[in-house]
Amino acid sequence: MDFLIPSTFAEALAIKAERPEVVPIAGGTDVMVELNFDHRRPTALLDLTRIAELTEWAPSENLLRVGAGVPYVRIIDELGDRLPGLAMASRTVGSPQIRNRGTVGGNLGAASPAGDTHPVLLACDAQVEVASVRGTRMIPAAEFYLGVKRNALEPDELIAAVHLAPAAAPQQFSKVGTRNAMVIAVCSFAVALHPEQGRVGAAVGSAAPTPRRALAAEEFLAGELSDAGLWESPKPLLDSVRRRFGELAAEAASPIDDVRGTAAYRRHALAVLARRTLGWAWQDYCGTGETRSQSCA
Amino acid sequence: MRVNVTINGDQRQADDVWEGESLLYMLRERLGLPGSKNACEQGECGSCTVYLDDVPVCACLVAAGQCQGREVRTVEGLAAGDDLDPVQRSFVEAGAVQCGFCTPGLVVAAHDLLRRVPEPSDPEIREALAGNLCRCTGYEKILDAVRLAATRQASGAEAR
Ligand SMILES: Cc1cc2nc3c(=O)[nH]c(=O)nc-3n(C[C@H](O)[C@H](O)[C@H](O)COP(=O)(O)OP(=O)(O)OC[C@H]3O[C@@H](n4cnc5c(N)ncnc54)[C@H](O)[C@@H]3O)c2cc1C
Ligand code: FES
Ligand code: FES
Repeated sequence: MDFLIPSTFAEALAIKAERPEVVPIAGGTDVMVELNFDHRRPTALLDLTRIAELTEWAPSENLLRVGAGVPYVRIIDELGDRLPGLAMASRTVGSPQIRNRGTVGGNLGAASPAGDTHPVLLACDAQVEVASVRGTRMIPAAEFYLGVKRNALEPDELIAAVHLAPAAAPQQFSKVGTRNAMVIAVCSFAVALHPEQGRVGAAVGSAAPTPRRALAAEEFLAGELSDAGLWESPKPLLDSVRRRFGELAAEAASPIDDVRGTAAYRRHALAVLARRTLGWAWQDYCGTGETRSQSCA
Repeated sequence: MRVNVTINGDQRQADDVWEGESLLYMLRERLGLPGSKNACEQGECGSCTVYLDDVPVCACLVAAGQCQGREVRTVEGLAAGDDLDPVQRSFVEAGAVQCGFCTPGLVVAAHDLLRRVPEPSDPEIREALAGNLCRCTGYEKILDAVRLAATRQASGAEAR
């Protein structure tokens, strides 16, 4: 086995082009488990942790570009105000030790249906920037997840960054698990309000072969909100609206029975998560609406 | 491969390191530092917690090669000879140690917490130690130990 330590992204891409079978390692919180348990014996590891470009974040046009190698702890500490949904999901990952090492790039590379950042990336219309010696392309999160632990990367590509708009309105993420730390989601849900587009992003995790957007729930809510003029003059949502949103969100899933929970439980829990997270996000929106108009007055 | 790494302030060199080997294995089996414990090798128990460039990590989830040229501080590096760190003393005095297997990892995690948050609330302590499992104590004495260490530090005894 080889251990390759590129110091620039260009160097890493050159290696990946020449030896597409090498396994990139960032925080190692997925890769090392596979190595320790002999589930994987790659011909080489490609250490990405020396590549400064990957561990930086910066504004890029009107979006934020978050390098693939920025660990969760920094997303929480440095971007919690601008990317609240991603920060919430990051806070639920593993333990402090895992959050100190684990990265969004690694979450995307592993593409587990249970990965916590995925529903947020979907709900926030994130774009995944991937690169190879052939060039760079942007993949919308909704097109990135292809199957259980399969993503849209070509063999010579690496993930460079994710691009997300700084939140203009409340976002929420919530997950169900057996304890408050160190749990793989039984199911998870993210919602992001996009008032400037008159719509809501919503996505489910750990309840289908891939993380998925809950399109019917998104459309239903967009309709309800604009019909009632609620974006402009926010009022509390009717229970019936929140409940219907929850039902539609649960219908987006195609869950299975497994050790963590049954399909029926996941559907039920998703409906509850969707209803509650929407309630929290909307309540926040009403709150900021009031402060806004008060401070205008 | 060969790995050069600073451990507890000393420049060390490990030879014949397998490329897929963890930092934990290198510490315990090649560098004679068995303080960090191996209990799960999958990041779940925290017994292997060490500082890597001043950040607490599970040594079982770091590839040894990723430590080339970096600084590692293990539980062995907290005490100055027989002079224990206040966190270590507090663990002993509070009865937070039974079989002791989880102790090195918990001591490093608690040490880090108290550097960042000198007077942590109970929820902050629980959150900071959420990645460390103990099969013996039931955690109450561990919480006592962290509170004791915090009081000690506040009253002037300095954590190294
Ligand atoms: C104890 C424990 C608890 C966990 N809890 C959670 C949890 O609560 N929620 C959750 O979502 N995950 C959890 N995980 C899984 C893991 O921590 C996350 O998936 C994390 O985001 C992986 O990031 P990493 O940098 O450590 O990835 P690595 O292990 O370094 O890599 C993961 C995969 O991505 C590939 N990869 C990494 N970076 C790139 C890149 N730039 N380009 C292309 N491919 C790349 C690697 O080749 C590998 O296939 C947990 C893991 C452990 C060990
Ligand atoms: S041995 Fe590393 S976390 Fe358990
Ligand atoms: S004292 Fe035995 S595991 Fe904690």
